[in-house]
Amino acid sequence: MARVVSIWLPNWATDRLRRSKRRSALAASDRVAWNRPLATVTRDGRRRILAAVDDAARALGLVPGMDVAHAQALVGDLALVPAVPESDATGLALLGDWCHRFGPIVAVDAPDGLLFDAGGLAHLYGGEDRLLEVLEARLSALGLAVRLGLADTVGAAWAWARFGPAGIIESCAQHAALASLPVAGLRIEAAIAKRLGQLGFGRIGQLYTLPRASLTRRFGPHLVTRLDQALGAVEEPVAPLTPVEDPNLCLGFAEPIATPEDLTRAIHHLCAGLCRMLAEHGLGARRLLLVCHRVDGVNGRIGIGTVRANRDAGHLARLLLERLDTIDPGFGIEAMRLIATRTDLQAPEQLGTLHANHSDGGDGGGDAELDMLVDRLIGRLGAAHVYRMQPVESDWPEHAMHRVAPMAETYAAALPVLPRPVRLLAYPEPVETTALMPDHPPAQFIWHGIRHKVVHADGPERLTPEWWRGGKDRAERDYFQVEDESGRRFWLFRQDRAWFLHGFFA
Amino acid sequence: MPALRAWVARLEGRVAMGVPHEGALGFGVAAIDAALPGGGLMRGAFHEVSGGLTEPGEAASPGIEAALGFIAGIVARAAGPVLWVAPRIELYAPGLAMAGLMPDRLILAEAGGDKQVLAAMEEGLRHKGLKAVVGEADAVNLTSSRRLQLAAQAGGALGLLLCRRAGENPSAAVTRWRVAGVPGPGRLRGQEAVTLSDMGRAHWRLDLVRCRGGEPQSWIVEACDGQGRLDLVAELGDRSAAPVEAAFGARRVG
Repeated sequence: MARVVSIWLPNWATDRLRRSKRRSALAASDRVAWNRPLATVTRDGRRRILAAVDDAARALGLVPGMDVAHAQALVGDLALVPAVPESDATGLALLGDWCHRFGPIVAVDAPDGLLFDAGGLAHLYGGEDRLLEVLEARLSALGLAVRLGLADTVGAAWAWARFGPAGIIESCAQHAALASLPVAGLRIEAAIAKRLGQLGFGRIGQLYTLPRASLTRRFGPHLVTRLDQALGAVEEPVAPLTPVEDPNLCLGFAEPIATPEDLTRAIHHLCAGLCRMLAEHGLGARRLLLVCHRVDGVNGRIGIGTVRANRDAGHLARLLLERLDTIDPGFGIEAMRLIATRTDLQAPEQLGTLHANHSDGGDGGGDAELDMLVDRLIGRLGAAHVYRMQPVESDWPEHAMHRVAPMAETYAAALPVLPRPVRLLAYPEPVETTALMPDHPPAQFIWHGIRHKVVHADGPERLTPEWWRGGKDRAERDYFQVEDESGRRFWLFRQDRAWFLHGFFA
Repeated sequence: MPALRAWVARLEGRVAMGVPHEGALGFGVAAIDAALPGGGLMRGAFHEVSGGLTEPGEAASPGIEAALGFIAGIVARAAGPVLWVAPRIELYAPGLAMAGLMPDRLILAEAGGDKQVLAAMEEGLRHKGLKAVVGEADAVNLTSSRRLQLAAQAGGALGLLLCRRAGENPSAAVTRWRVAGVPGPGRLRGQEAVTLSDMGRAHWRLDLVRCRGGEPQSWIVEACDGQGRLDLVAELGDRSAAPVEAAFGARRVG
């Protein structure tokens, strides 16, 4: 059975603010302000309300959700700071990273907690109670209020930390331990907990004997699932911040390193080692994560991807090095870990850089070479910005092609019979026209303030929308190919008596 | 004498006028190929193409589509994978296919601005697996163009840059072209109303503005056909009769 620690940081938002202020050098007068009761402020519609309060403020009767004006009337010297949920979330992830020193599997339990998989770790600390002591001492030393619960399941540990006395639930004892806790400990919506309370079900133990079908019918499937998860009837894994099962390689340094030359050498070394590991298993990397552990506990990360499984150390190192400037070495990096977060099978013959081309639409050799170029372009421009066009057999111009991944197999599609422009505007642009005859192209049109006199035209080509694709555009279009006085050729269409410019011919 | 000239040229490692070179991509139009050293656009070199110039008194800009079509035609004839880099890609696959450039050969990359476009082009040009690299940028300066030329020499691919803003700034490009549409066939002199008939292939004015080891020249050509080939426009007297309006009626779709 798994053993999970739920770490609850009841005052996370305010503790984090105090901690970040303490770290930055502040004037003495300012520091006094941070000793006053502290609360963060957010908005609920037009009301300004408290989002989080610290212990001092709570002792004075303030609770989250209270009006700011009300709170200020109750507590005269209340310090108010705007709430920044994004910073709270990123801070929590950083704290999770920091907790990796206690064990490999740590997950963020938003908004104010962490989960820590303690399975098979307790003996390293001399027992589960010692483990909790160490965790509590180290987290408290950071200036955080903390409550810990240790149980077989995530749900039980969560409830024990927040609603129970905190501490350890012995293995397989969660059924009895949770019985007396309030139903809010099941990680359910406040509204459901309130309704249960109104019906007289205040304790989790009261739910054990109720018929499950009627529970599901009245409160939705969520409640029963949460109950099963807490009791261990349904498996609930801890999704770790940093995957641990993937092939990875760690490199520690006797002295922290900071210069780009040293980092480059370390990255080359890690890539070579990891590629050897991958080769042993017949794998190639699709996604790599480089984690740089800084001396001050902050981690820098670089993630890269490849279009096809690859274990060419030089290539992977080059992809990582292109992003090296995003790493701030700070006071130095004491360890680096390279993790292949996604791998694919890679046959040995793919290793050679000059292997024969397998039928991929393209002619000419160097498929692996091309992969590497695409990897570098993706690293430089982003995965969404490198692609191929796949023609689609569709008469509707916007649907006649779509984007596919750069190394995807493309297939041939029949081409339209009538001329098509080389450049198509993403959205047709309305033009002002002077039409002389119905069902004829306009005699002239104005586009972007410039008048084009039509001297020659061909059309109409009537295109009807593809009703089976849905979409708002239901009216048919009459397309004309027109040439203006200067010889430039445009693709115009008329839809519901309005004229649009859609493309340009070469 | 021509053989001797070719031999001397080979010894000197340069490409001579009127001597076919294996690294050149010919247009298949004798008049144009004859104006280019090596008998065509050299691979492993960098070429610049711009749209037509806007005349001072002229309101309408000639646009860059003719230049786009010109490049598509060249790339269509250089078999193999092609990288196309632009800040925003508005290429239309069916239209390119009609100029002979099948979209499955294209790898498209959207780069933020001129600087990123040129950097991505350079990366592509240094790469051995590509046959051509095309970029779209507002303009290119001497340093960047020199870098592109060196990258093309190293990689051996055909480098083509479509300059949106045609300028006379110095550039290290081996050739520099200007392509703009000119009134096509089927238009009658002094005619007022719109002619509604088969348009035929567009006509371009093709200017070889600069050519290392050659002379600037101009031609009027017919736009790319289905295989990306150009054709010189026949003299007026030899032109086929204007297409008739009736030809259109049979081609309605929908």
